[in-house]
Amino acid sequence: MEKVIAGKTIAVNEEGYLTDFKQWDKSIADELAAEAEISLSPRHWEVLSYLQTEYKNEVPLSIRKIGKSGVVDIKEFYQLFPKAPLKTATKIAGIPKPASCI
Amino acid sequence: MNENKGEIKKMMIILSKGTLENVYAAFVLANGARMEGIEAELFFTFFGLESIHKKKLTHLHVATVGNPAMHIPTMLGGLPGVEALATTMMKKEMEKIDMPDVAEFLDILSASGVRMWACKLAMDMFHYKKEDLYEGVEEVITVGDFYKQSAGEGTHMLFI
Repeated sequence: MEKVIAGKTIAVNEEGYLTDFKQWDKSIADELAAEAEISLSPRHWEVLSYLQTEYKNEVPLSIRKIGKSGVVDIKEFYQLFPKAPLKTATKIAGIPKPASCI
Repeated sequence: MNENKGEIKKMMIILSKGTLENVYAAFVLANGARMEGIEAELFFTFFGLESIHKKKLTHLHVATVGNPAMHIPTMLGGLPGVEALATTMMKKEMEKIDMPDVAEFLDILSASGVRMWACKLAMDMFHYKKEDLYEGVEEVITVGDFYKQSAGEGTHMLFI
């Protein structure tokens, strides 16, 4: 599937997650965040960058790992990305939705 | 139901058992709800209280007796040490799949905004006090309070 995000045609899956991280840039993150009613602050960017690093290192993401990341604790993570934080944050970060149950 | 297309908005999970597998089931479901943006509340009653009792929550076991899925003959399951051994083995497997222990899991639930309540009747029966419980437990409430707490469209209730 394709979707126009921030004026660019981007490949996404049926849930709206980018399928090619190379197409991601900050303007895309801003627009995806706006769709989730989030306006990105410097704290959001720190968390997004952490998620992208973990993805590049092929570390499976979970809420527990986020809590131990030293970047953000679970409480703040839920405040930054209310409603399904891991799903929302990974979508904005342009990486796949984690398949974790924890 | 029609107004929100059957979407789940809130999970009310009642935990009445203190065996590790049941406690984890309740915790995973509550945490999983929060991860999906669904509200979640836990109501601890009867043996479920063991999982929030500060002195007991680190000593929960899997059931080796009366649990055919463990594939341990009931006679063996009852021998001294078997339950502890099975529990140790299960905990090792859980750590491998990134499953937190009960204490850490409670912290995760609490930080994720899961609201926790203890059942007044069961608290009275076991002679537990609010101070005996994990700090994240908000209040000791009655079953009536719990039903009031469950009000709202899209609430689902689960008894474990």
